[in-house]
Amino acid sequence: MLHTLSVKQMSEKLHAGEISSVELTQHYLDRISQFDPELNAYVTVTPELALEMAREADERLKNGSAGVLTGIPVAHKDIFCTDGVKTSCSSKMLDNFIAPYDAHVVALLKKAGMPILGKTNMDEFAMGSSSESSYYGPTKNPWDLNAVPGGSSGGAAAVIAANLAPMATGTDTGGSIRQPASFCGITGIKPTYGTVSRFGIIAYASSFDQAGPMTRSAEESAWMLNAMSAFDQRDSTCLEMERPDFAANLGDSLQGLKVGVPAEYFGDGLDPEVEKVVKDAIAEIEKLGATTVPVSLPNKDLAVPSYYVLAPAEASSNLSRYDGVRFGYRCENPADLQDLYKRSRAEGFGAEVKRRIMVGAYALSAGYYDAYYLKAQRLRRMVRDDFTNAFEQCDVIMGPVAPTPAFNIGEKTDDPTSMYLADLYTIPVNLGGFPGMSVPAGFANGRPVGLHIVGPYFSEAKLLNIGHQFQQVTDWHKQTPAQYQ
Amino acid sequence: MSWEVVIGLEIHAQLTTKSKIFSGASIAYGAAPNSQACAVDLGMPGMLPVVNHAVIDKGIALGLALNAELGKKQVFDRKNYFYPDLPKGYQTTQMDYPIVGKGYLDIEVDGETKRVGVTRAHLEEDAGKSNHGIVPGMTGIDLNRAGTPLLEIVSEPDLSSAQEAVAYARKMHELVTFLGICDGNMQEGSFRVDSNVSVRRPGEPLGTRAELKNINSFRFIEKAIEFEIERQIDLIESGGKVVQETRLYDSETNTTRSMRTKEEANDYRYFPCPDLLPVRITDEDIDAVRATMPELPDAKRARYVADLGLSEYDAGVLTSSRAMAEYFEALLEHTGGKDAKVCANWITSDLAGALNKAGLDIADSPISEQMLAGMINRIQDDTISGKIAKQVFDAMWKGEGSADEIIEAKGLKQITDTGAIEAMVDEVLANNPSQVEAYKGGQEKMMGYFVGQVMKASGGQANPGQVNKLLKEKLNS
Repeated sequence: MLHTLSVKQMSEKLHAGEISSVELTQHYLDRISQFDPELNAYVTVTPELALEMAREADERLKNGSAGVLTGIPVAHKDIFCTDGVKTSCSSKMLDNFIAPYDAHVVALLKKAGMPILGKTNMDEFAMGSSSESSYYGPTKNPWDLNAVPGGSSGGAAAVIAANLAPMATGTDTGGSIRQPASFCGITGIKPTYGTVSRFGIIAYASSFDQAGPMTRSAEESAWMLNAMSAFDQRDSTCLEMERPDFAANLGDSLQGLKVGVPAEYFGDGLDPEVEKVVKDAIAEIEKLGATTVPVSLPNKDLAVPSYYVLAPAEASSNLSRYDGVRFGYRCENPADLQDLYKRSRAEGFGAEVKRRIMVGAYALSAGYYDAYYLKAQRLRRMVRDDFTNAFEQCDVIMGPVAPTPAFNIGEKTDDPTSMYLADLYTIPVNLGGFPGMSVPAGFANGRPVGLHIVGPYFSEAKLLNIGHQFQQVTDWHKQTPAQYQ
Repeated sequence: MSWEVVIGLEIHAQLTTKSKIFSGASIAYGAAPNSQACAVDLGMPGMLPVVNHAVIDKGIALGLALNAELGKKQVFDRKNYFYPDLPKGYQTTQMDYPIVGKGYLDIEVDGETKRVGVTRAHLEEDAGKSNHGIVPGMTGIDLNRAGTPLLEIVSEPDLSSAQEAVAYARKMHELVTFLGICDGNMQEGSFRVDSNVSVRRPGEPLGTRAELKNINSFRFIEKAIEFEIERQIDLIESGGKVVQETRLYDSETNTTRSMRTKEEANDYRYFPCPDLLPVRITDEDIDAVRATMPELPDAKRARYVADLGLSEYDAGVLTSSRAMAEYFEALLEHTGGKDAKVCANWITSDLAGALNKAGLDIADSPISEQMLAGMINRIQDDTISGKIAKQVFDAMWKGEGSADEIIEAKGLKQITDTGAIEAMVDEVLANNPSQVEAYKGGQEKMMGYFVGQVMKASGGQANPGQVNKLLKEKLNS
């Protein structure tokens, strides 16, 4: 059963010639045909592209130009522009959009030799915490088909959890890698803002969006981050600096590690079972030699309100280009220009996207700009400063990723505010641009729960090391829902 | 009762970069529709802007030339609105932190110098163009212009007549072309002037203004403003009210008419572009630009008058464009710099006249500085006379070769052989006894007649100095 192998084992077998990439890729394509109709985790499957790339990978494996990920299939979130492949952002607006270029991340992973299995489902334009706002319908959580996989990278998390791809890309604007990783029992890391190029990633909120890997283990995430992070002059917010080898520290001992535990992250609203899982996980980390210190993030409650002003403000502007004029959806028989704009946008966007466009436009409007946008920017700095202060006392901060395990499909769709609160622990990290990771730490009510590890800028290698050490003494990341084993 | 006129100008100068302000696409004029718009310019999903640093340097140059404060920290903002030729649904511009802050420009009107305040100049991207009528019943969108870098230069409302407004616009035009940051082509829209015009009674607060947009010649700007001043005064004096609006000038009827009213102001929802980090410029950046800046027209003019002894008029013509000044300075260099006045004359009269007639710019002159210098050198070494030089000039203009080649081919070398000239002098005097009589009787002006006759006899090639000398010797002997 090829899908039960770790990526490391796959890589070894590919390099030893025991299996071919075509064989491995076909195996995943078969599993997708078998299981995806029920999960709805893929928006587009690209078997021909995948097999062609697999053949090229096999050539490289033979001629000695292969790297560690050559031949390992990958699934891309449908927010990454992929040359010649439909890139819809799970929106009716872009249902007919075939990108004529590759996102930088896609190009880098192509260069690494990773065959593309297809594009994964997501919340429309990455707006959501459950992957229910997709134009193509909700993705289901492989652990419980009644539950959501989280969002917005819910499709990516589900394909990893159900072994419909060994590796996947995600993006995290307010928690969209970490929260679905937690809900689906996989490993995901959002690197420091500016580490991974945003070129070719369909923008939701530019100052928050950041891509990262979604895999089963921290070690695999480290390899994938190595492949997808490089300076890109086409993104002016992409940091021009040497990237470290993110896998170099995986073997480091956690002896002496100082873990900050913020009281504010264990207060009201946290599901007691989730709390227990997270505390047990921290205790496990202590057994590996770490010590805990209490830290304070006093402005935690300002993060969600600040985010829900700033992110929609940026989104309202970023999504203006979808006007029915040049590409994407256009309404039938527009009466005039205004009608073309209004109906194309009214018919092309889903409810959550429209809600955020309206909120964002309002926050930026004359007379409200100071009261909302500027004030939210100030809150953003206060939240960031909380972390900076905390990191003077500790190496990393640990806590829950989300207040609950995966909720049920439909449970929060009528109550946007309760949906927004699903991200209350992850959003502050995006406000500050810090790296954050979720690693599987146990189960609550039979649904997976992740441990949230947040570090200072450029501490990805350390976070991955902690995740990897944790995964040396636990096997939560090796658990697979029975039907996908 | 008297009226005061208040005018402020907004000038859009298109910057002479090779590529767009936020993408690598070309900005060359006149290409087939949409052949110069890349994915970034089209606002395609996932595309991101990256600042072309050449625009920053050009902005710094203008700021230095206007003695302005320079924005050490610049922020690009988004101005959000929907328009079919605005691909991203917003225009990227500079709102609170422009590249050029407060500065000034000195203009001259009727011999008086006036200092006009410049409020600011900011960088922004141009939008595309809507083409109506190419496809019947449809509008075509050409995004070649989208993303073209512009500097919007905003003046204080310091101008108080159409003449001042035009003097300011011309001066700014001269400055940006001299700096080489804008080609100044008004026909192609590289230099666009919007005029805000209002009138008021002395001492009263500012009146309601009307905006005159995109008029593509200085003459029409003057006429449009003049008409607009009259219109507003007439309107108010007859009991009406000026409304804030954009008006178009019709050069056929020499009137302005309403294009759109600004009663309902758009809410542009400006905010800092999150895709672009603030741009910081350092003193080193500024010094580097300063080092590459040319001598500016005002300084050049003063130097031409003081050091080269040229007239104000000649100095003005020679600094009317950077290309003109460069031509003059090159000519001066190639002729050894001995006689600036001669060089100036050839440029301001013969060359400027010929270029004007042919509708050519000095940069496209068929006679290069080297060629003209070659000719002037032959005048100065007495190979040809100034008169013959006109013939040589015409031949050079027609592309018949260098001055030396033409003189050789046409046998235009000045006759300096005294014997030959003496023979011609003798002949002229012999053939005109009555004129000789008259001269000897005291009519010295006859000398001009004799010189003319000898020159004619020599086919213009006799050395006029020698002719004069010999005539005097013979007549006075």
